[in-house]
Amino acid sequence: MLHEWLYLVIFLAISMFIPAIAIGMAALLSPKKPAPIKNSIYECGIETYGPTKIQFKAQYYLYAILFLVFDVETVFLFPFAVAYNKLLLFAVVEVIIFVIILGAGLAYAWRRGALEWS
Amino acid sequence: MSFIADPVSFITNWLNSLLSGWGIPDMWVQFIMFIIGAGLLAFGAMIFTIGLIWLERKLGGRIQDRIGPNRIGPWGVFQPIADMLKIFTKEYITPIGADILLYNLAPILAMAAVLGLWAVIPLSSTAYGTNINVGALYLIGIGAIGELGIILAGFSSNNKYALLGGYRAVAQLLSYEVPMAITLLIPVMFAGSMGLNDIAGAQKVAFIFQAPVAALIFFIAGIAENGRAPFDLMEADSEIVAGYNIEYSGLKFGMYYVADFLHAFTSALLFATIFLGGWRGPGAEQYPILGFVYLFVKTAVVYLLTVTIRFTVPRLRIDQVMAFNWKYLTPLALATLLVTALVDKIAPAGQGLLRIILLLVANVLLFLLADRLVTLYRKNHQKLRKVVSEFRPVPVTIRPSVAADEPEVQS
Repeated sequence: MLHEWLYLVIFLAISMFIPAIAIGMAALLSPKKPAPIKNSIYECGIETYGPTKIQFKAQYYLYAILFLVFDVETVFLFPFAVAYNKLLLFAVVEVIIFVIILGAGLAYAWRRGALEWS
Repeated sequence: MSFIADPVSFITNWLNSLLSGWGIPDMWVQFIMFIIGAGLLAFGAMIFTIGLIWLERKLGGRIQDRIGPNRIGPWGVFQPIADMLKIFTKEYITPIGADILLYNLAPILAMAAVLGLWAVIPLSSTAYGTNINVGALYLIGIGAIGELGIILAGFSSNNKYALLGGYRAVAQLLSYEVPMAITLLIPVMFAGSMGLNDIAGAQKVAFIFQAPVAALIFFIAGIAENGRAPFDLMEADSEIVAGYNIEYSGLKFGMYYVADFLHAFTSALLFATIFLGGWRGPGAEQYPILGFVYLFVKTAVVYLLTVTIRFTVPRLRIDQVMAFNWKYLTPLALATLLVTALVDKIAPAGQGLLRIILLLVANVLLFLLADRLVTLYRKNHQKLRKVVSEFRPVPVTIRPSVAADEPEVQS
């Protein structure tokens, strides 16, 4: 089993290597003429106005929290899915209750307006 | 004959015997074989993208009632090569104040994430990168690395529009991981294993017939994960001028471009493997070369559907995109999971056809119920818009000195 994961490590290393090599090759082939106007930050053709790190809207944080909750729930459900064929109906009803409890969390977020993009 | 029937195994065995014959110890032989295999697969995927770019531009042109590229080469087949030559020789303009390491790392990560998906896909019954037993979970994880590339690009460009584009893009991509992961559970349930080889091998009847709603949700979430139309406000020119990759030029931008197209094809490949039966088809076990052909045909059908959707459907706004995910797709995905788990356990064992029919009926009922609920929701929550250009009569008097001979008009 170890050699399967070894292949994956090698594959990921190669797949990071190949774009890096390509970008490096293009860096050799391309001209390099930096100029202040060329390197300035793009803002639809005018001078950059104000700081470039704008404020982080809180709505993104709420989406991230929701994603976290559902992702952890999915991770809990993966062993259930793998062992599904050997389970009894009782276990399936348990999992249904688990998902309904988390779905109630989603309904709460919905009613409280946490899903609105504002 | 065995070379034609199963070229990958033939070449693998020949190389193995060649390397062992040179006296190299077994572990090193395996290591070298892995490096060669991985290199060929990754490189082949990148080269294949060139054909994909051409195909998409031609098809898009035809759907839009124009010809597409036709100057360079017969039917424009050398157009992507010309594009590649152009992109290789463009200057890298690094913006002032950009974080150099992150700025250069981001396109590499985006490309590596898409290439990494190819490692676990079974291309035929004997040709696959690796058969790890957590293939489905690996897919979700590697997809998330691509999102990392996008937020790094947005953040390190020192540009507020890139940052804004990066935030929105990651919000969209993160949200659509949820229904994708939940509906990925259903084939895992049917196959009893997370490994993609097992999922492809367990499909005597393709999973799309046993879980059509799950397949639909996976398809839509796949398109949204990729960032293609109708979910393509990450790169919409009219919205926030190219979004997170404003400050990229030359091959770094080309990497994002190539990663986009390759991701579209890889999503189609995954859908074909997980829901359409992958390499399975008549005679695919004895002649693994046929497995390639079947997989390619199935992927082509799904990919062409994706391209057609891209050039037909108008773009969605970001709040529509998020509302669609959290208020429709996620609850529907959860409901599908529960209904499928319940019906599959209740269905009498051993009756293959009866179980499939029960699952189909349950899925159709669920979809109709969801449809009804959406219609009700829309009716209750429809914001009445005030039409600003309503005709509102304004009292007007014309003074008699201006128009002496005309009667006074008062309305």
